[in-house]
Amino acid sequence: MQINITVNGQATSRDVEPRTLLVHHLREELGLTGTHVGCDTSNCGACTVHLDGEAVKSCTVLAVQADGHEVTTIEGLADGDTWHPVQQGFHECHGLQCGYCTPGMVMAAAALLEEIPDPSEAEIRTNLEGNLCRCTGYQMIVDSVRWAAEHGAKA
Amino acid sequence: MSLVGAAVKRKEDPNLLVGRGRFVDDMSPPGTLFAQFVRSTEAHALITAIDTGGAEAMPGVHAVITAADVAGFPATANLPEEVGILRRRVLADGRVRFVGEPVAVVVAESRYLAADAAEQVVVDYEPLPVLASIEASLAAMADPDGPRIHPDLGTNALPAIPEPEEVAPQYTAAHHKGSLRIVNNRCAAVPIEPFTCLADWGPDGLTLWGSVQAPHFLRGHLCEFFGIGTHECRVIAPDVGGGFGNKIILYPELYLAPLLSRKLRRPVKFTLTRSEAMVMMGHGRAQVNEVEFGFDDDGRVLALRLHTMQDEGAYPDTTGMGLGVLTSWMAGGCYAIPVIQAWVTNVITNTTPVAAYRGAGRPEGAFMIERVMDWVADELGLDPAEVRRRNFVQPDQFPYNTAAAPDMVFYDSGNYPAALDKLLDTMGYDELLAEQARRNSTTDEPLMGIGLSTWIEIASFGPPGSLEGFGHLGSWESAQLRVQPDGSMLVSSGAAPHGQGTGTSLAQIAADELGADFDTIDVRFGDTATVQQGIGTMGSRIMAVGGDAVRKASMAVKGRAVEIAAHLLEASAADIEVADGSFSVKGTPARSVTWREVAFASYRPLDIPEGMAPGSLEETVYNSVPNFSFPSGAYGCVVGIDRDTGAVEVERYVCIDDCGTVINPLLAEGQVQGGVAQGIAQALFEHITFDEAGQPRNSTLMDYLVPAASDLPPFKDMDRIVTPTENNSLGAKGIGESGAVGAPPAVANAVVDALSGFGVRHLDMPFTPEKVWTTMQAGRA
Repeated sequence: MQINITVNGQATSRDVEPRTLLVHHLREELGLTGTHVGCDTSNCGACTVHLDGEAVKSCTVLAVQADGHEVTTIEGLADGDTWHPVQQGFHECHGLQCGYCTPGMVMAAAALLEEIPDPSEAEIRTNLEGNLCRCTGYQMIVDSVRWAAEHGAKA
Repeated sequence: MSLVGAAVKRKEDPNLLVGRGRFVDDMSPPGTLFAQFVRSTEAHALITAIDTGGAEAMPGVHAVITAADVAGFPATANLPEEVGILRRRVLADGRVRFVGEPVAVVVAESRYLAADAAEQVVVDYEPLPVLASIEASLAAMADPDGPRIHPDLGTNALPAIPEPEEVAPQYTAAHHKGSLRIVNNRCAAVPIEPFTCLADWGPDGLTLWGSVQAPHFLRGHLCEFFGIGTHECRVIAPDVGGGFGNKIILYPELYLAPLLSRKLRRPVKFTLTRSEAMVMMGHGRAQVNEVEFGFDDDGRVLALRLHTMQDEGAYPDTTGMGLGVLTSWMAGGCYAIPVIQAWVTNVITNTTPVAAYRGAGRPEGAFMIERVMDWVADELGLDPAEVRRRNFVQPDQFPYNTAAAPDMVFYDSGNYPAALDKLLDTMGYDELLAEQARRNSTTDEPLMGIGLSTWIEIASFGPPGSLEGFGHLGSWESAQLRVQPDGSMLVSSGAAPHGQGTGTSLAQIAADELGADFDTIDVRFGDTATVQQGIGTMGSRIMAVGGDAVRKASMAVKGRAVEIAAHLLEASAADIEVADGSFSVKGTPARSVTWREVAFASYRPLDIPEGMAPGSLEETVYNSVPNFSFPSGAYGCVVGIDRDTGAVEVERYVCIDDCGTVINPLLAEGQVQGGVAQGIAQALFEHITFDEAGQPRNSTLMDYLVPAASDLPPFKDMDRIVTPTENNSLGAKGIGESGAVGAPPAVANAVVDALSGFGVRHLDMPFTPEKVWTTMQAGRA
């Protein structure tokens, strides 16, 4: 099936099997390997991208469902060489260790800040429930998101 | 300004933050084929037939292989000779011994096709009796004709340390005695990147990319397995998405991918799904500890007897065989217990093999002894902090030879009383006790429990001989420092980090020693073609052994650089000082040359002192340490238990750590927080279980509860004391596994404390709401 998806601002057009997961389409067909696969039950959130500005788990979206829509991946979050405040916050506050959950975590956090620009620690923890990290224990991730909120996440 | 000790931000971050990391599954060289396992659905069975015809006939399928196709190959060589008969074949050979054991492999042009084809492979099994627990396995031993999981071995139980012939008289004579049977619950490491390997075997040799923690170690074993030379084999560990010890293990796919690549003349990649990883990657903990102890009226423990039974799973792994031994070595904890008898039995079961997982035997030991201390306090009506104080090894007793391992294990340094004092002060212990008395006398506020854990662990693996027993080439770690003509520097380390920030911390060490610019020091690891022989990242060893190696290499290079600078400045080397990128003559700072100038000169024969060769600003060090190091700490946990549901919440968590010298406090705290998170998770949420038929009950993240951000408390109370070690020039002890060692007992002690009003003396992890509620109900009855 022919699908047309705007990914990180670029028009893409490909022929895909209907059962192809969006995450595999992004990684393998479009070469955007920043989005990761960490589970097969939709629990871990490493695959989180933005679909029309909303955070979704791309392992649970079929590529064909994104036909005609806009997808933003971790590769498209920064503005050229200028990092999104969430990316900067993760760097300032050591919000990543191995980096494997990070793309999904950053995309989820960026979407959170669009909705709740000044979240409390509890709100951050609740809204990142869908993103698992095994390395950090989450405190420094929460600190990173707070840093982003305080340093102008609202573009 | 010294970088060592500073919270320097990471060099690793930029790539990872913009999605430009390079994890193994990100790579698919042209022609890559995708491999998919067919895995056993039986826990113990004979394989009577494998029908691969349906899979082989599918378009896009390039191969379907079974044990018959790999019959000429040796079994994976990762066990000591005396149990060599347990060497695991890369594909089940006529018999399966755990659910998930690989039986066949399908190779196809896409991962989707490979998954389709794998479903077409039909395996017929003839079930055998299943021994899915330590108890079942040991019970079968009572019958000489009972089931043996490895019939050629003749037993399901291997005594790793034999039981002493006599009971220590000091135990028998003790005025008070107690005993505990502790089940340390089986866990799964769950790195968020499961496991991937990609092999490309061409005419010039084999290149394998693997999500691994010890690339040189893997290369050596691959060469042995395939009978090839090191010069024909390259292993690369690129970015690795978490390891926790789980990625040291020599999994079958690490051999199968090269084998298939060579056969098919194309790159072959295995990417495990999470469900596969949950049953195929090594599990952790899975230990039973039966401990009995004698103590006096003051709560001093006089004698401790510990039998550790380690569930090995179906195929003992070298790390798995050593877990119980490490537990036994640390059975005394921070305490000066005069007599310890510890023996270990490794038990084979029809379950996923058990291997190293963050802490690897030490969490189990710490859990046991910390529960003992609380039990003693409870028995005598003493404060648990006071009992600990009375038993501590004192600061003037180091090096301290623990009675758990006479003449073998010597704690290097520590100040356990100071750490406890700092913990209690930070927690506001007395106020907490008052609050607890108030809350627990109400009928509706959550029950409050306070738990302490004054823990110790053994790290900085290790002294010569320690890692060789696990199949490693040595116990040293390597570093090469090379100064390039423009003054930038390349550090190559035998480490293989997967989140630790080693590229940053090693650069801090080099920058400090050399007075050089941190930003132009590049640290590389993970590629056996470009990094000198190395050992790898495990056992909390890299700062202690690998950082020390970098420092020594830096010192050697600095000495020669100073000579070049002196030559350029026409001064005496003794008068040269180096800082902030420059070499200057003491007292006349205007007379200086930069690192860039010295570096360039080092390649120019006419610019260097007579007798010196060009290219001298390069040094390779293989660094050994004389002993393990012993990080320690004091953790405190406050829990609230819902009286109606049994739900346990960690309300407060305080950490005082002692890892000796801290290289980067940001990274050190990150390690502690991550380890504590895993420790709290083991205490409250995680438990891998199998039913009697050996079927895993929780092999996805829906059933195995890795905590999310909302499940864990804040970690805001992090502090430290510092007692350096003399084992390396940095004074660093290691910290990577500390949190996982120290955390579970703090939570357990808090929960038991909260439930003491119900007559609870001990409870096994995990403290699920169901378990806690049931316990409360039983106590009310």
